[in-house]
Amino acid sequence: MTIIWILIGIAVLGLLLAGVALAGRRGAVEAPKAPPKAGPAAPPPPVVEAPPEPWPGVEIPEAPPVGIPETPPVAEAPRWRDRLSRARQSFGANLTGIFNRGSLTEEDWEDIEALLLQADVGVVATQRMIADLRERSKKETDPEAVVQTLHAELVAILGDGDRSLARNEGGLTIWLVTGVNGTGKTTTIGKLAGRLAREGKSVVLAAADTFRAAADAQLETWASRSGAEVVKHAAGADPAAVAFDGVRAAKARGSDFLIVDTAGRLHTKTSLMEELAKIRRVVEREAGPPHEVLLVLDATTGQNGIAQARAFTEAAGVTGIALTKLDGTAKGGIVIACQQELGLPVKLVGLGEGIEDLAPFDPHAFVDALLD
Amino acid sequence: MVRMFDTLSERLESAFKRLRGRGKLTEDQVNEALKEVRTALLEADVHLNVVREFISRVRERAVGQEVLKSLSPAQQVVKIVHEELVGILGGSAKPLSFSPKPPTVVMIAGLQGSGKTTAAGKLAGWLKRKGKRPILVACDLQRPAAVQQLVLLGEQVGVPVVTRDGMSPVEVAAAGVEEAIRTNRDVVIVDTAGRLHVDEELMQEAADIKRRINPLETLFVADSMTGQDAATVAAAFLERVDFTGTVLTKLDGDARGGAALSIAHISGRPLKFISDGEKLDAFEPFHPDRLASRILGMGDVMTLIEKAEEVYEEEQARELEEKLRTAKFTFDDFLDQMRQIKKMGSLKNLLGLVPGVGAQLRGMEIDENQMTRTEAIICSMTRQERGEPALIKGSRRDRIARGSGTTTSEVNSLLKQFDQARKMMRAMAGGGGMPSMPHGAVKQEQRPKSSAEKRKPRPKPHRPNKKKKKRR
Ligand SMILES: Nc1nc2c(ncn2[C@@H]2O[C@H](COP(=O)(O)OP(=O)(O)OP(=O)(O)O)[C@@H](O)[C@H]2O)c(=O)[nH]1
Ligand SMILES: Nc1nc2c(ncn2[C@@H]2O[C@H](COP(=O)(O)OP(=O)(O)OP(=O)(O)O)[C@@H](O)[C@H]2O)c(=O)[nH]1
Ligand SMILES: [Mg+2]
Ligand SMILES: [Mg+2]
Repeated sequence: MTIIWILIGIAVLGLLLAGVALAGRRGAVEAPKAPPKAGPAAPPPPVVEAPPEPWPGVEIPEAPPVGIPETPPVAEAPRWRDRLSRARQSFGANLTGIFNRGSLTEEDWEDIEALLLQADVGVVATQRMIADLRERSKKETDPEAVVQTLHAELVAILGDGDRSLARNEGGLTIWLVTGVNGTGKTTTIGKLAGRLAREGKSVVLAAADTFRAAADAQLETWASRSGAEVVKHAAGADPAAVAFDGVRAAKARGSDFLIVDTAGRLHTKTSLMEELAKIRRVVEREAGPPHEVLLVLDATTGQNGIAQARAFTEAAGVTGIALTKLDGTAKGGIVIACQQELGLPVKLVGLGEGIEDLAPFDPHAFVDALLD
Repeated sequence: MVRMFDTLSERLESAFKRLRGRGKLTEDQVNEALKEVRTALLEADVHLNVVREFISRVRERAVGQEVLKSLSPAQQVVKIVHEELVGILGGSAKPLSFSPKPPTVVMIAGLQGSGKTTAAGKLAGWLKRKGKRPILVACDLQRPAAVQQLVLLGEQVGVPVVTRDGMSPVEVAAAGVEEAIRTNRDVVIVDTAGRLHVDEELMQEAADIKRRINPLETLFVADSMTGQDAATVAAAFLERVDFTGTVLTKLDGDARGGAALSIAHISGRPLKFISDGEKLDAFEPFHPDRLASRILGMGDVMTLIEKAEEVYEEEQARELEEKLRTAKFTFDDFLDQMRQIKKMGSLKNLLGLVPGVGAQLRGMEIDENQMTRTEAIICSMTRQERGEPALIKGSRRDRIARGSGTTTSEVNSLLKQFDQARKMMRAMAGGGGMPSMPHGAVKQEQRPKSSAEKRKPRPKPHRPNKKKKKRR
């Protein structure tokens, strides 16, 4: 019998909160429709009875961050395209093929819809896009032009904002790397360290994943490939303490970069998300807000990706996405919703397991592949 | 934009509401309902082509027959959809077969980061608890520290791990099987490196390992958060390593897990195990009916009960019951409950599990932020105010709003809602039993009865630190 009352409790609670949420929203101004450079969503007020603590992350200086000079996108993009087309040759329909048949039939529209759905763009975003495109293509008779419109629209959604990783020139730059389990956080950090090493920067990696078996050994192997230093504690230690020591060590050594690896955590686990928020707070207290908080998203992720992005942004003030495993056949269409709904830009893409397999995000190449 | 409560049952409910009282259902009307099913499946990440085939199969069964003759069409459609799903996902497949001539060889394969090594360790532990003598073999020589990871996991579950230096993965696998025979182990679990299905070299390696050790079971490990790509990946792995079953991982999140349907449909192989946590005992044989409910977004009371049992002490739950029953529910209790429920996971998911609630909250959004805001408001009340909300008048409201960083109108609406909720509880307590929710809640019978009846009482999952709320 008791469970029924718990059910009722949950239901009442839900109704209550929904009611309040609704009431609270009524007067409120509609949130802007995700301008390309929008910062993290407005924070919840702190629960503490103490004076409110400012939301970490809002303060991040808007100063133009400097890109990673060693790797001009021009050199990387063709390689990315190569990789993508190699992986995809045998898969998927070709959009231009669809249109070459002549005028647009109902079936053609269904095919376009299918293409977007199969790229994990999501039902809602797809339908909205198709409706839009149909509206705009009413008078259009040239199918080729419609393709271009869709292409341009997707690129426009992704925006042309700055995608370089923010740095603190002349001082210590701190990047915090987060995400759900197994997306490629540690690997991405290994690649980033490699890239920075080639620039001649000194790098410290903080092994704040103290949970997963051999996570620190994995990070150490990566560090040895680029000559970065690793700060670690024993397994099971407080990850915030590792981050703290990381900051101290990087400062003491006068290092250029500190990259903090965190344990994979599902965004639904409140206590683990709190743990992540704490890691961020500790870093912030010691050295100011991290210059980048990256969410590592696996390109194979489906509609759950948006929930991940939302929760991590809330807990840790994510500033950009690293989209990994794009060397497979997954298209990563969920990042479109992440950009549209949360204003989160993709900054990096992972294209393999080697130290070189990291590239800046190129919206054109991405959309090409998506519509391929 | 965010549509959190669009579950299939409520969509169907509204679709059928429109149709009610118009006599028998036509084919068009069934199609109408299936449109909702289509959207639900797509939102759950089921592959588009799989959705199409699935829908036409259901249509074939539904139109003309059961649905048209049925007195309760919504129930019938959901039932057919659910049954078809359960069938595809594996029906009553056995979790694992054992060779009459031990050792039984089990090979693990899948994409990078899907959870193979963890699943290998968990499977070893599960088998050990079942009285088997398993052994693990570390054939991932590619990913940094993969061997070490498996060795640590082996230690944690108390199962030996075979490692070899200077050999190829194929040779290590073979050495592992030999070692198992030598040491009289009856199950060999071979962990392999993560690989992309388009990586010809690595796929060949997997095929070679398979040929060399000839496993009785080859398990394809798939992340439940995977999107449309699951179908392509599964097809490729099926072709190259001909897997015998799937392990679905990371089900402790809130992904609906439609990838599982794509994989099962494309491969014709059953789901065998689920992994739903980082702890090594979060691993169990797969229950098709539960995942079917989850994919459809229908309430799954079983899951909810387990979650509740994890965080509510028996006594606590009884106290709560008493308070709800007598409507002596104060803001303190509310706060308490809210914190308790937070431990169970996101409110949105929990609500999704409560049958019938989804429908009521249709169109509303619950921001998890709202929970924090509400908490902040309550924390800014004095002790006395929390116990006696009637005290909270004009200036007190302003003070609370200021203290909590919210607005007076938010405070007002919380008070109003709270009052209404108390009234509702009183009404419920009067009725007794599981009260029906106000405003067109989904009727209980919308849950397919057959599956509920078929569901065998299952052993409680092993969750030793059920009540310890330690991290992880
Ligand atoms: N093909 C491919 N594999 C990748 C890529 N990035 C990471 N991986 C692989 O994905 C697997 C998981 O990567 P990790 O870096 O350990 O992931 P993580 O997010 O740190 O995992 P946890 O710490 O366990 O949550 C490894 O096998 C990596 O080699 C990529 O861009 N392409
Ligand atoms: N929450 C949760 N995490 C899981 C589950 N299964 C695995 N993980 C986590 O997912 C991450 C990747 O797991 P691994 O077992 O290393 O994955 P893998 O497939 O062996 O990875 P590679 O060998 O790099 O391809 C780790 O952080 C695990 O702890 C699960 O059921 N739930
Ligand atoms: Mg890691
Ligand atoms: Mg592994």
